[in-house]
Amino acid sequence: MNDSVTLILSYLSSANFLRAAGMTLALTVCSMLLGMLIGLIVALLQERRNRLVRALVMLYLWLFRGTPVLLQIIFIFNVLPNFGILLSGFTSGVIALALNEGAYMAEIYRSGLQSVGARQRTAGYALGMRGWQVMRYVVLPQAMKVVIPPTGNQFMGMLKNSALVSVIAVEELLLVADQTASANFRYLESLTAAAVYYLIMTTLFMLIQQLIEQRFKTQRSQEAPRSWSQRFLRMTRA
Amino acid sequence: MKTDTVSLLDIQRLNKSFGDKPVLKNVDVNVEQGKTLVIVGPSGSGKSTLLRCMNLLEPIESGVITFEGRDIATPEARREAWRFRQEMAMVFQHFELFPHLSVIDNIMLAPVKIKGVPKAQARQKALELLERVRIPDKANAWPEELSGGQQQRVAIARALAMEPRVMLFDEPTSALDPEMIKEVLDVMTELSDQGMTSVVVTHEMSFARRAAHRVVFMADGEVVENLPTDQFFGGEVKPRTRQFLDQILH
Repeated sequence: MNDSVTLILSYLSSANFLRAAGMTLALTVCSMLLGMLIGLIVALLQERRNRLVRALVMLYLWLFRGTPVLLQIIFIFNVLPNFGILLSGFTSGVIALALNEGAYMAEIYRSGLQSVGARQRTAGYALGMRGWQVMRYVVLPQAMKVVIPPTGNQFMGMLKNSALVSVIAVEELLLVADQTASANFRYLESLTAAAVYYLIMTTLFMLIQQLIEQRFKTQRSQEAPRSWSQRFLRMTRA
Repeated sequence: MKTDTVSLLDIQRLNKSFGDKPVLKNVDVNVEQGKTLVIVGPSGSGKSTLLRCMNLLEPIESGVITFEGRDIATPEARREAWRFRQEMAMVFQHFELFPHLSVIDNIMLAPVKIKGVPKAQARQKALELLERVRIPDKANAWPEELSGGQQQRVAIARALAMEPRVMLFDEPTSALDPEMIKEVLDVMTELSDQGMTSVVVTHEMSFARRAAHRVVFMADGEVVENLPTDQFFGGEVKPRTRQFLDQILH
Protein backbone atom coordinates (compact mmCIF):
# COMPACT_ATOMS: atom_id res chain seq x y z
CA MET A 1 0.00 0.00 0.00
CA ASN A 2 2.71 2.37 1.08
CA ASP A 3 4.64 1.25 -1.93
CA SER A 4 1.69 2.16 -4.21
CA VAL A 5 1.39 5.65 -2.76
CA THR A 6 5.09 6.24 -3.23
CA LEU A 7 4.90 5.08 -6.84
CA ILE A 8 1.86 7.26 -7.57
CA LEU A 9 3.63 10.27 -6.08
CA SER A 10 6.71 9.56 -8.11
CA TYR A 11 4.58 9.32 -11.28
CA LEU A 12 2.85 12.57 -10.42
CA SER A 13 6.16 14.35 -10.12
CA SER A 14 7.81 12.62 -13.08
CA ALA A 15 8.74 14.66 -16.14
CA ASN A 16 7.04 12.04 -18.35
CA PHE A 17 3.63 12.46 -16.78
CA LEU A 18 3.95 16.20 -16.53
CA ARG A 19 4.86 16.43 -20.21
CA ALA A 20 1.95 14.13 -21.07
CA ALA A 21 -0.46 16.25 -19.03
CA GLY A 22 0.87 19.30 -20.85
CA MET A 23 0.20 17.53 -24.15
CA THR A 24 -3.37 16.72 -23.06
CA LEU A 25 -3.91 20.34 -22.04
CA ALA A 26 -2.47 21.63 -25.33
CA LEU A 27 -4.66 19.22 -27.32
CA THR A 28 -7.73 20.31 -25.39
CA VAL A 29 -7.15 24.04 -25.60
CA CYS A 30 -6.13 24.04 -29.28
CA SER A 31 -8.99 21.77 -30.36
CA MET A 32 -11.50 23.66 -28.30
CA LEU A 33 -10.48 27.13 -29.50
CA LEU A 34 -10.45 25.99 -33.11
CA GLY A 35 -13.75 24.15 -32.56
CA MET A 36 -15.34 27.29 -31.08
CA LEU A 37 -14.20 29.31 -34.07
CA ILE A 38 -15.57 26.72 -36.51
CA GLY A 39 -18.81 26.55 -34.53
CA LEU A 40 -19.24 30.34 -34.57
CA ILE A 41 -18.63 30.53 -38.31
CA VAL A 42 -21.04 27.66 -38.95
CA ALA A 43 -23.69 29.23 -36.70
CA LEU A 44 -23.41 32.58 -38.49
CA LEU A 45 -23.49 30.83 -41.89
CA GLN A 46 -26.67 29.06 -40.83
CA GLU A 47 -28.35 32.44 -40.48
CA ARG A 48 -27.76 33.07 -44.19
CA ARG A 49 -30.52 32.51 -46.66
CA ASN A 50 -28.28 31.07 -49.39
CA ARG A 51 -29.45 27.51 -50.14
CA LEU A 52 -26.01 26.20 -51.11
CA VAL A 53 -24.39 27.54 -47.94
CA ARG A 54 -27.11 25.98 -45.83
CA ALA A 55 -26.81 22.65 -47.64
CA LEU A 56 -23.05 22.58 -47.05
CA VAL A 57 -23.55 23.37 -43.38
CA MET A 58 -26.11 20.60 -43.07
CA LEU A 59 -23.74 18.15 -44.75
CA TYR A 60 -20.96 19.09 -42.34
CA LEU A 61 -23.17 18.70 -39.29
CA TRP A 62 -24.55 15.41 -40.58
CA LEU A 63 -21.10 13.94 -41.21
CA PHE A 64 -19.42 14.98 -38.00
CA ARG A 65 -22.29 14.32 -35.66
CA GLY A 66 -23.19 11.05 -37.31
CA THR A 67 -19.84 9.27 -37.04
CA PRO A 68 -17.65 8.41 -34.04
CA VAL A 69 -14.92 10.91 -33.13
CA LEU A 70 -12.52 8.02 -32.97
CA LEU A 71 -13.24 7.24 -36.62
CA GLN A 72 -12.69 10.88 -37.54
CA ILE A 73 -9.33 10.95 -35.77
CA ILE A 74 -8.07 7.79 -37.42
CA PHE A 75 -9.47 8.90 -40.77
CA ILE A 76 -7.65 12.21 -40.79
CA PHE A 77 -4.39 10.64 -39.62
CA ASN A 78 -4.42 7.62 -41.94
CA VAL A 79 -6.46 8.60 -45.01
CA LEU A 80 -5.33 12.14 -45.71
CA PRO A 81 -1.73 11.03 -46.46
CA ASN A 82 -3.18 9.11 -49.46
CA PHE A 83 -4.03 12.50 -50.89
CA GLY A 84 -0.58 13.86 -50.18
CA ILE A 85 -1.56 15.62 -46.96
CA LEU A 86 0.90 14.57 -44.29
CA LEU A 87 0.11 15.77 -40.80
CA SER A 88 1.70 15.08 -37.45
CA GLY A 89 -0.28 13.12 -34.89
CA PHE A 90 -0.84 16.26 -32.86
CA THR A 91 -2.09 18.28 -35.83
CA SER A 92 -4.33 15.46 -37.05
CA GLY A 93 -5.73 15.08 -33.56
CA VAL A 94 -6.45 18.78 -33.18
CA ILE A 95 -8.10 19.01 -36.61
CA ALA A 96 -10.29 15.97 -36.01
CA LEU A 97 -11.32 17.02 -32.50
CA ALA A 98 -11.94 20.61 -33.61
CA LEU A 99 -14.05 19.63 -36.63
CA ASN A 100 -16.08 17.36 -34.41
CA GLU A 101 -16.39 20.00 -31.71
CA GLY A 102 -17.39 22.68 -34.24
CA ALA A 103 -20.48 20.68 -35.14
CA TYR A 104 -21.63 20.72 -31.52
CA MET A 105 -20.55 24.28 -30.77
CA ALA A 106 -22.50 25.48 -33.82
CA GLU A 107 -25.66 24.17 -32.21
CA ILE A 108 -24.81 25.87 -28.91
CA TYR A 109 -24.15 29.20 -30.62
CA ARG A 110 -27.32 28.85 -32.64
CA SER A 111 -29.43 28.47 -29.52
CA GLY A 112 -27.63 31.48 -28.05
CA LEU A 113 -28.23 33.64 -31.11
CA GLN A 114 -31.86 32.59 -31.25
CA SER A 115 -32.35 33.50 -27.61
CA VAL A 116 -32.06 37.15 -28.65
CA GLY A 117 -35.37 38.12 -30.24
CA ALA A 118 -35.97 40.04 -33.45
CA ARG A 119 -37.31 43.02 -31.50
CA GLN A 120 -34.01 43.48 -29.70
CA ARG A 121 -32.21 43.50 -33.03
CA THR A 122 -34.70 46.02 -34.39
CA ALA A 123 -34.01 48.25 -31.38
CA GLY A 124 -30.33 48.14 -32.30
CA TYR A 125 -30.99 48.98 -35.95
CA ALA A 126 -33.32 51.80 -34.92
CA LEU A 127 -30.46 53.38 -32.96
CA GLY A 128 -28.50 53.57 -36.20
CA MET A 129 -26.37 50.46 -35.79
CA ARG A 130 -25.08 48.55 -38.77
CA GLY A 131 -25.51 44.80 -39.02
CA TRP A 132 -22.22 43.90 -37.38
CA GLN A 133 -22.76 46.46 -34.62
CA VAL A 134 -26.13 44.94 -33.76
CA MET A 135 -24.37 41.56 -33.61
CA ARG A 136 -21.47 42.91 -31.54
CA TYR A 137 -23.30 45.15 -29.05
CA VAL A 138 -26.81 43.72 -28.82
CA VAL A 139 -26.93 40.05 -29.84
CA LEU A 140 -23.59 38.51 -28.84
CA PRO A 141 -23.43 39.88 -25.27
CA GLN A 142 -26.90 38.47 -24.60
CA ALA A 143 -26.15 35.22 -26.40
CA MET A 144 -22.98 34.79 -24.32
CA LYS A 145 -24.99 34.22 -21.17
CA VAL A 146 -26.75 31.33 -22.85
CA VAL A 147 -23.60 30.00 -24.51
CA ILE A 148 -21.09 30.03 -21.66
CA PRO A 149 -22.39 27.23 -19.41
CA PRO A 150 -22.65 24.59 -22.17
CA THR A 151 -19.30 25.73 -23.60
CA GLY A 152 -17.71 25.04 -20.23
CA ASN A 153 -19.17 21.55 -20.32
CA GLN A 154 -17.81 21.04 -23.83
CA PHE A 155 -14.36 22.10 -22.60
CA MET A 156 -14.41 19.41 -19.97
CA GLY A 157 -15.76 16.89 -22.45
CA MET A 158 -12.89 17.79 -24.77
CA LEU A 159 -10.32 17.22 -22.05
CA LYS A 160 -11.59 13.67 -21.71
CA ASN A 161 -12.08 13.10 -25.44
CA SER A 162 -8.49 14.14 -26.05
CA ALA A 163 -7.50 10.72 -24.67
CA LEU A 164 -8.83 9.21 -27.91
CA VAL A 165 -5.87 10.73 -29.71
CA SER A 166 -3.73 8.09 -28.02
CA VAL A 167 -4.71 5.74 -30.88
CA ILE A 168 -2.62 7.79 -33.30
CA ALA A 169 0.36 7.72 -30.94
CA VAL A 170 0.20 11.26 -29.59
CA GLU A 171 2.02 11.14 -26.27
CA GLU A 172 -0.82 12.41 -24.15
CA LEU A 173 -1.72 11.48 -20.61
CA LEU A 174 -3.59 8.22 -21.16
CA LEU A 175 -1.06 6.83 -23.64
CA VAL A 176 1.85 7.61 -21.34
CA ALA A 177 0.05 6.09 -18.36
CA ASP A 178 -0.75 2.99 -20.37
CA GLN A 179 2.79 2.65 -21.69
CA THR A 180 4.24 3.13 -18.20
CA ALA A 181 2.00 0.41 -16.81
CA SER A 182 2.66 -2.04 -19.59
CA ALA A 183 6.33 -1.99 -18.65
CA ASN A 184 5.78 -3.02 -15.00
CA PHE A 185 2.08 -3.97 -14.85
CA ARG A 186 1.45 -1.36 -12.15
CA TYR A 187 -1.84 -0.26 -13.73
CA LEU A 188 -3.40 0.89 -10.47
CA GLU A 189 -0.61 3.37 -9.82
CA SER A 190 -0.11 4.80 -13.29
CA LEU A 191 -3.81 5.10 -14.07
CA THR A 192 -4.44 6.72 -10.68
CA ALA A 193 -1.69 9.24 -11.39
CA ALA A 194 -3.28 10.01 -14.77
CA ALA A 195 -6.72 10.33 -13.14
CA VAL A 196 -5.30 12.80 -10.60
CA TYR A 197 -3.94 14.92 -13.44
CA TYR A 198 -7.29 14.80 -15.26
CA LEU A 199 -9.12 15.82 -12.10
CA ILE A 200 -6.75 18.70 -11.45
CA MET A 201 -7.38 19.99 -14.96
CA THR A 202 -11.16 19.55 -14.93
CA THR A 203 -11.33 21.32 -11.57
CA LEU A 204 -9.26 24.15 -12.99
CA PHE A 205 -11.62 24.46 -15.95
CA MET A 206 -14.58 24.55 -13.61
CA LEU A 207 -13.11 27.42 -11.65
CA ILE A 208 -12.37 29.37 -14.81
CA GLN A 209 -15.89 28.74 -16.09
CA GLN A 210 -17.26 29.98 -12.80
CA LEU A 211 -15.27 33.21 -13.03
CA ILE A 212 -16.41 33.83 -16.59
CA GLU A 213 -20.05 33.14 -15.77
CA GLN A 214 -19.83 35.55 -12.86
CA ARG A 215 -18.48 38.24 -15.14
CA PHE A 216 -21.32 37.86 -17.62
CA LYS A 217 -23.99 37.64 -15.00
CA THR A 218 -25.53 41.10 -14.98
CA GLN A 219 -28.61 40.63 -12.90
CA ARG A 220 -28.44 40.01 -9.24
CA SER A 221 -29.99 36.59 -9.02
CA GLN A 222 -31.19 34.99 -5.87
CA GLU A 223 -32.01 31.69 -7.49
CA ALA A 224 -30.23 28.58 -6.28
CA PRO A 225 -27.02 27.73 -8.12
CA ARG A 226 -27.72 25.17 -10.76
CA SER A 227 -24.63 23.73 -12.41
CA TRP A 228 -22.60 20.99 -10.81
CA SER A 229 -19.58 23.27 -10.59
CA GLN A 230 -21.59 25.96 -8.84
CA ARG A 231 -22.87 23.47 -6.30
CA PHE A 232 -19.35 22.09 -5.88
CA LEU A 233 -17.92 25.54 -5.24
CA ARG A 234 -20.71 26.43 -2.86
CA MET A 235 -19.94 23.21 -0.96
CA THR A 236 -16.22 23.86 -0.73
CA ARG A 237 -16.78 27.43 0.44
CA ALA A 238 -19.07 26.42 3.31
CA MET B 1 -48.43 78.43 -49.49
CA LYS B 2 -47.33 78.77 -45.88
CA THR B 3 -43.73 79.68 -45.38
CA ASP B 4 -43.34 79.27 -41.63
CA THR B 5 -43.29 75.48 -41.76
CA VAL B 6 -40.49 73.27 -43.03
CA SER B 7 -41.12 69.71 -44.08
CA LEU B 8 -38.73 67.33 -42.33
CA LEU B 9 -40.14 63.98 -43.34
CA ASP B 10 -42.45 63.60 -46.30
CA ILE B 11 -44.13 60.40 -47.43
CA GLN B 12 -45.68 60.28 -50.87
CA ARG B 13 -47.75 57.56 -52.55
CA LEU B 14 -46.35 54.86 -50.29
CA ASN B 15 -47.45 51.32 -51.10
CA LYS B 16 -46.60 48.21 -49.19
CA SER B 17 -47.92 44.66 -48.93
CA PHE B 18 -47.32 41.68 -46.74
CA GLY B 19 -47.40 38.87 -49.28
CA ASP B 20 -50.35 39.71 -51.53
CA LYS B 21 -52.18 41.60 -48.81
CA PRO B 22 -51.76 45.36 -49.23
CA VAL B 23 -51.16 47.09 -45.88
CA LEU B 24 -50.41 50.62 -47.06
CA LYS B 25 -52.21 52.09 -50.06
CA ASN B 26 -50.97 55.30 -51.62
CA VAL B 27 -50.20 56.87 -48.27
CA ASP B 28 -49.27 60.56 -48.17
CA VAL B 29 -48.09 62.02 -44.86
CA ASN B 30 -46.01 65.07 -44.16
CA VAL B 31 -44.14 65.72 -40.91
CA GLU B 32 -43.23 69.34 -40.28
CA GLN B 33 -40.16 70.47 -38.43
CA GLY B 34 -40.88 71.00 -34.71
CA LYS B 35 -44.42 69.66 -34.92
CA THR B 36 -46.11 66.62 -33.45
CA LEU B 37 -48.09 64.35 -35.74
CA VAL B 38 -50.36 61.79 -34.12
CA ILE B 39 -51.54 58.78 -36.13
CA VAL B 40 -54.65 57.00 -34.90
CA GLY B 41 -56.77 54.21 -36.26
CA PRO B 42 -58.09 50.74 -35.54
CA SER B 43 -55.57 47.95 -35.11
CA GLY B 44 -54.48 46.50 -38.42
CA SER B 45 -54.91 49.83 -40.18
CA GLY B 46 -51.21 50.04 -41.02
CA LYS B 47 -50.15 52.76 -38.54
CA SER B 48 -47.21 50.89 -37.05
CA THR B 49 -46.12 49.61 -40.44
CA LEU B 50 -46.11 53.18 -41.73
CA LEU B 51 -43.91 54.22 -38.81
CA ARG B 52 -41.49 51.36 -39.50
CA CYS B 53 -41.37 52.33 -43.16
CA MET B 54 -40.37 55.88 -42.21
CA ASN B 55 -37.39 54.41 -40.37
CA LEU B 56 -36.55 52.08 -43.30
CA LEU B 57 -37.14 49.08 -41.05
CA GLU B 58 -39.59 47.75 -43.65
CA PRO B 59 -39.11 47.39 -47.39
CA ILE B 60 -41.73 49.17 -49.51
CA GLU B 61 -43.20 48.44 -52.93
CA SER B 62 -43.32 51.99 -54.21
CA GLY B 63 -43.35 55.56 -53.03
CA VAL B 64 -41.06 58.35 -51.97
CA ILE B 65 -39.78 58.98 -48.45
CA THR B 66 -38.11 62.37 -48.30
CA PHE B 67 -36.08 63.05 -45.18
CA GLU B 68 -34.34 66.41 -44.89
CA GLY B 69 -34.86 66.92 -48.61
CA ARG B 70 -33.43 63.59 -49.74
CA ASP B 71 -35.28 60.50 -51.00
CA ILE B 72 -34.16 57.80 -48.59
CA ALA B 73 -36.26 54.98 -50.06
CA THR B 74 -34.09 54.45 -53.12
CA PRO B 75 -32.00 51.27 -53.15
CA GLU B 76 -28.78 53.31 -52.95
CA ALA B 77 -29.99 55.30 -49.94
CA ARG B 78 -31.28 52.15 -48.26
CA ARG B 79 -27.78 50.75 -48.19
CA GLU B 80 -27.01 53.59 -45.82
CA ALA B 81 -30.19 53.22 -43.81
CA TRP B 82 -28.16 53.23 -40.59
CA ARG B 83 -27.10 56.81 -41.32
CA PHE B 84 -30.68 58.08 -41.49
CA ARG B 85 -31.78 56.00 -38.53
CA GLN B 86 -29.24 57.81 -36.36
CA GLU B 87 -31.33 60.92 -36.93
CA MET B 88 -34.70 59.20 -36.54
CA ALA B 89 -34.99 57.70 -33.10
CA MET B 90 -37.67 55.17 -32.32
CA VAL B 91 -39.54 54.20 -29.17
CA PHE B 92 -41.26 50.81 -29.11
CA GLN B 93 -44.37 49.38 -27.55
CA HIS B 94 -42.31 46.89 -25.51
CA PHE B 95 -39.47 49.31 -24.64
CA GLU B 96 -36.72 46.98 -25.89
CA LEU B 97 -34.11 48.12 -23.42
CA PHE B 98 -30.99 45.97 -23.61
CA PRO B 99 -31.25 43.63 -20.61
CA HIS B 100 -27.49 43.05 -20.41
CA LEU B 101 -26.78 46.75 -19.80
CA SER B 102 -27.58 49.02 -16.87
CA VAL B 103 -29.86 51.99 -17.44
CA ILE B 104 -27.03 54.45 -18.01
CA ASP B 105 -25.18 52.03 -20.31
CA ASN B 106 -28.36 51.55 -22.32
CA ILE B 107 -28.44 55.29 -22.91
CA MET B 108 -24.69 55.64 -23.55
CA LEU B 109 -24.26 52.63 -25.87
CA ALA B 110 -25.20 54.19 -29.19
CA PRO B 111 -23.61 57.63 -28.67
CA VAL B 112 -20.31 56.05 -27.54
CA LYS B 113 -20.06 53.03 -29.84
CA ILE B 114 -21.86 54.32 -32.92
CA LYS B 115 -21.23 58.06 -32.89
CA GLY B 116 -17.89 58.01 -31.10
CA VAL B 117 -18.89 60.51 -28.40
CA PRO B 118 -16.31 60.53 -25.56
CA LYS B 119 -17.50 58.48 -22.60
CA ALA B 120 -17.45 61.25 -20.00
CA GLN B 121 -19.46 63.52 -22.26
CA ALA B 122 -21.96 60.77 -23.07
CA ARG B 123 -22.36 59.99 -19.37
CA GLN B 124 -23.01 63.64 -18.56
CA LYS B 125 -25.61 63.80 -21.31
CA ALA B 126 -27.22 60.53 -20.18
CA LEU B 127 -27.59 61.85 -16.64
CA GLU B 128 -29.20 65.03 -17.96
CA LEU B 129 -31.61 62.95 -20.03
CA LEU B 130 -32.54 60.83 -17.02
CA GLU B 131 -33.27 64.08 -15.22
CA ARG B 132 -35.43 65.13 -18.15
CA VAL B 133 -37.48 61.91 -18.09
CA ARG B 134 -37.69 62.28 -14.29
CA ILE B 135 -35.80 59.22 -13.07
CA PRO B 136 -32.36 60.61 -12.18
CA ASP B 137 -31.91 58.07 -9.39
CA LYS B 138 -32.13 55.00 -11.64
CA ALA B 139 -28.87 55.44 -13.57
CA ASN B 140 -27.26 52.31 -12.17
CA ALA B 141 -30.36 50.13 -12.00
CA TRP B 142 -30.95 47.20 -14.34
CA PRO B 143 -33.88 47.41 -16.77
CA GLU B 144 -35.61 44.42 -15.15
CA GLU B 145 -35.71 46.27 -11.84
CA LEU B 146 -37.81 49.08 -13.28
CA SER B 147 -41.56 49.38 -13.74
CA GLY B 148 -42.92 49.47 -17.28
CA GLY B 149 -43.38 53.23 -17.13
CA GLN B 150 -39.82 53.74 -15.96
CA GLN B 151 -38.46 51.42 -18.65
CA GLN B 152 -40.31 53.34 -21.32
CA ARG B 153 -38.93 56.62 -20.03
CA VAL B 154 -35.42 55.16 -20.15
CA ALA B 155 -36.15 54.07 -23.73
CA ILE B 156 -37.11 57.68 -24.53
CA ALA B 157 -33.88 58.91 -22.95
CA ARG B 158 -31.93 56.31 -24.96
CA ALA B 159 -33.56 57.55 -28.16
CA LEU B 160 -32.91 61.22 -27.29
CA ALA B 161 -29.25 60.49 -26.57
CA MET B 162 -28.59 60.23 -30.30
CA GLU B 163 -29.90 63.80 -30.68
CA PRO B 164 -32.34 62.79 -33.40
CA ARG B 165 -34.13 65.21 -35.72
CA VAL B 166 -37.38 63.30 -35.28
CA MET B 167 -38.79 60.87 -32.70
CA LEU B 168 -41.00 58.00 -33.83
CA PHE B 169 -43.23 56.56 -31.11
CA ASP B 170 -44.85 53.20 -31.86
CA GLU B 171 -47.73 52.74 -29.41
CA PRO B 172 -45.49 53.73 -26.51
CA THR B 173 -48.15 53.26 -23.82
CA SER B 174 -50.03 50.22 -25.14
CA ALA B 175 -48.06 47.75 -23.01
CA LEU B 176 -48.29 49.80 -19.82
CA ASP B 177 -50.50 49.44 -16.78
CA PRO B 178 -53.03 52.29 -16.66
CA GLU B 179 -51.39 54.05 -13.70
CA MET B 180 -48.10 54.31 -15.61
CA ILE B 181 -49.44 55.75 -18.83
CA LYS B 182 -49.56 59.31 -17.55
CA GLU B 183 -45.90 59.50 -16.54
CA VAL B 184 -44.85 58.49 -20.07
CA LEU B 185 -47.34 60.78 -21.81
CA ASP B 186 -46.22 63.69 -19.61
CA VAL B 187 -42.64 63.25 -20.81
CA MET B 188 -43.80 63.02 -24.42
CA THR B 189 -45.99 66.10 -24.08
CA GLU B 190 -43.08 68.03 -22.65
CA LEU B 191 -40.87 67.01 -25.59
CA SER B 192 -43.57 68.09 -27.98
CA ASP B 193 -43.93 71.45 -26.22
CA GLN B 194 -40.18 71.94 -26.47
CA GLY B 195 -40.42 71.59 -30.23
CA MET B 196 -39.20 68.05 -30.71
CA THR B 197 -40.49 66.80 -34.07
CA SER B 198 -42.51 63.69 -33.25
CA VAL B 199 -44.64 61.10 -34.98
CA VAL B 200 -46.77 59.22 -32.50
CA VAL B 201 -48.88 56.14 -33.17
CA THR B 202 -51.22 55.86 -30.22
CA HIS B 203 -54.72 55.23 -28.94
CA GLU B 204 -54.42 57.99 -26.33
CA MET B 205 -56.84 60.63 -27.58
CA SER B 206 -56.14 62.90 -24.62
CA PHE B 207 -52.50 63.03 -25.68
CA ALA B 208 -53.51 63.77 -29.28
CA ARG B 209 -55.69 66.69 -28.12
CA ARG B 210 -53.00 68.11 -25.87
CA ALA B 211 -49.84 67.63 -27.91
CA ALA B 212 -50.63 67.02 -31.57
CA HIS B 213 -50.48 69.71 -34.22
CA ARG B 214 -52.06 67.43 -36.76
CA VAL B 215 -53.92 64.15 -36.46
CA VAL B 216 -54.01 61.48 -39.13
CA PHE B 217 -56.69 58.82 -39.09
CA MET B 218 -55.87 55.60 -40.91
CA ALA B 219 -58.10 52.67 -41.78
CA ASP B 220 -57.41 49.65 -43.96
CA GLY B 221 -54.03 50.96 -45.02
CA GLU B 222 -55.33 54.30 -46.20
CA VAL B 223 -55.14 57.81 -44.83
CA VAL B 224 -58.78 58.69 -44.28
CA GLU B 225 -58.30 62.00 -42.48
CA ASN B 226 -55.39 64.39 -42.07
CA LEU B 227 -56.37 67.55 -40.19
CA PRO B 228 -55.08 70.10 -37.70
CA THR B 229 -55.91 68.86 -34.20
CA ASP B 230 -58.76 71.26 -33.38
CA GLN B 231 -60.50 70.53 -36.67
CA PHE B 232 -60.01 66.79 -36.20
CA PHE B 233 -61.71 66.80 -32.83
CA GLY B 234 -64.11 69.70 -33.32
CA GLY B 235 -64.92 70.07 -36.96
CA GLU B 236 -66.45 68.24 -39.83
CA VAL B 237 -64.94 64.81 -40.36
CA LYS B 238 -65.72 61.98 -42.73
CA PRO B 239 -68.32 59.42 -41.55
CA ARG B 240 -65.65 56.74 -41.13
CA THR B 241 -63.59 59.00 -38.90
CA ARG B 242 -66.67 59.99 -36.92
CA GLN B 243 -67.51 56.32 -36.38
CA PHE B 244 -64.00 55.62 -35.05
CA LEU B 245 -64.03 58.67 -32.78
CA ASP B 246 -67.44 57.76 -31.38
CA GLN B 247 -66.21 54.27 -30.59
CA ILE B 248 -63.00 55.34 -28.93
CA LEU B 249 -64.39 58.38 -27.06
CA HIS B 250 -67.46 56.39 -25.91
